[in-house]
Amino acid sequence: MEKTIANTLLSVNEEGYLTDFSQWNEDVGEALARETNISMTPRHWEVIRYLQREYKNEVALSIRRIGKSGVVDIKEFYQLFPIAPLKTASKIAGIPKPASCI
Amino acid sequence: MNPNDGEIRKMMIILSKATLENVYAAFVLANGARMEGIEAEMFFTFFGLEAVHKKKLEHLHIATVGNPAMHMPTMLGGLPGMEALATHMMKKEMERIDMPDVHEFLDILKASGVKLWACKLAMDMFHYKPEDLYEDMDGVLTVGDFYKQGTGVGTHMLFI
Repeated sequence: MEKTIANTLLSVNEEGYLTDFSQWNEDVGEALARETNISMTPRHWEVIRYLQREYKNEVALSIRRIGKSGVVDIKEFYQLFPIAPLKTASKIAGIPKPASCI
Repeated sequence: MNPNDGEIRKMMIILSKATLENVYAAFVLANGARMEGIEAEMFFTFFGLEAVHKKKLEHLHIATVGNPAMHMPTMLGGLPGMEALATHMMKKEMERIDMPDVHEFLDILKASGVKLWACKLAMDMFHYKPEDLYEDMDGVLTVGDFYKQGTGVGTHMLFI
């Protein structure tokens, strides 16, 4: 599937996750965040950058790992991305939907 | 919004057992709900209270007797040390898949916004006081209070 966001044509899957990370940039992230009613702050970006680093290092993301990241604790993570934080943040970051149960 | 759209909005999870496999099932379901944007509350009753009892929560065991999935003859499962051995093996496996221990899991649940309630009747029965329990409990409730917590469209209850 394709969709145009922030004047960019993006490949996305049926749940709206980017299928090609190279198409991501901050404008795209900002627009994806707006779709989930999140206004990005510097703290949001720090978390998004952390998720992208983990993705590049092929680390499987989980809530527990986020809590141990030293970047954000679980409580703040839920404050920044209140509804389904790991999924929402991954979508904004342009990385695949995490497959973790914990 | 259509009130009958079938969407799950809140999970009310009742834990009545303290065997490790049941405790983890309840915790994973509560945490999984929050990860999906679903509210979650837990009610610890009868032996389930041990999962939030400060002195007991680190010493929960899996059941080796009466548990056909252990693939172990019942008589063997009852031998001294068997539960400890099986528990040790399971804990090692859980660490491998990044599963937290019971106390850390409670911390994760609280940080994720899960409400943790102790059952008043069970507290009375076991002579437990609130200070015997995990430090971040939301309180002690009667069954009626707990049902009230579940008021609203899209609430589901689960008994473990």
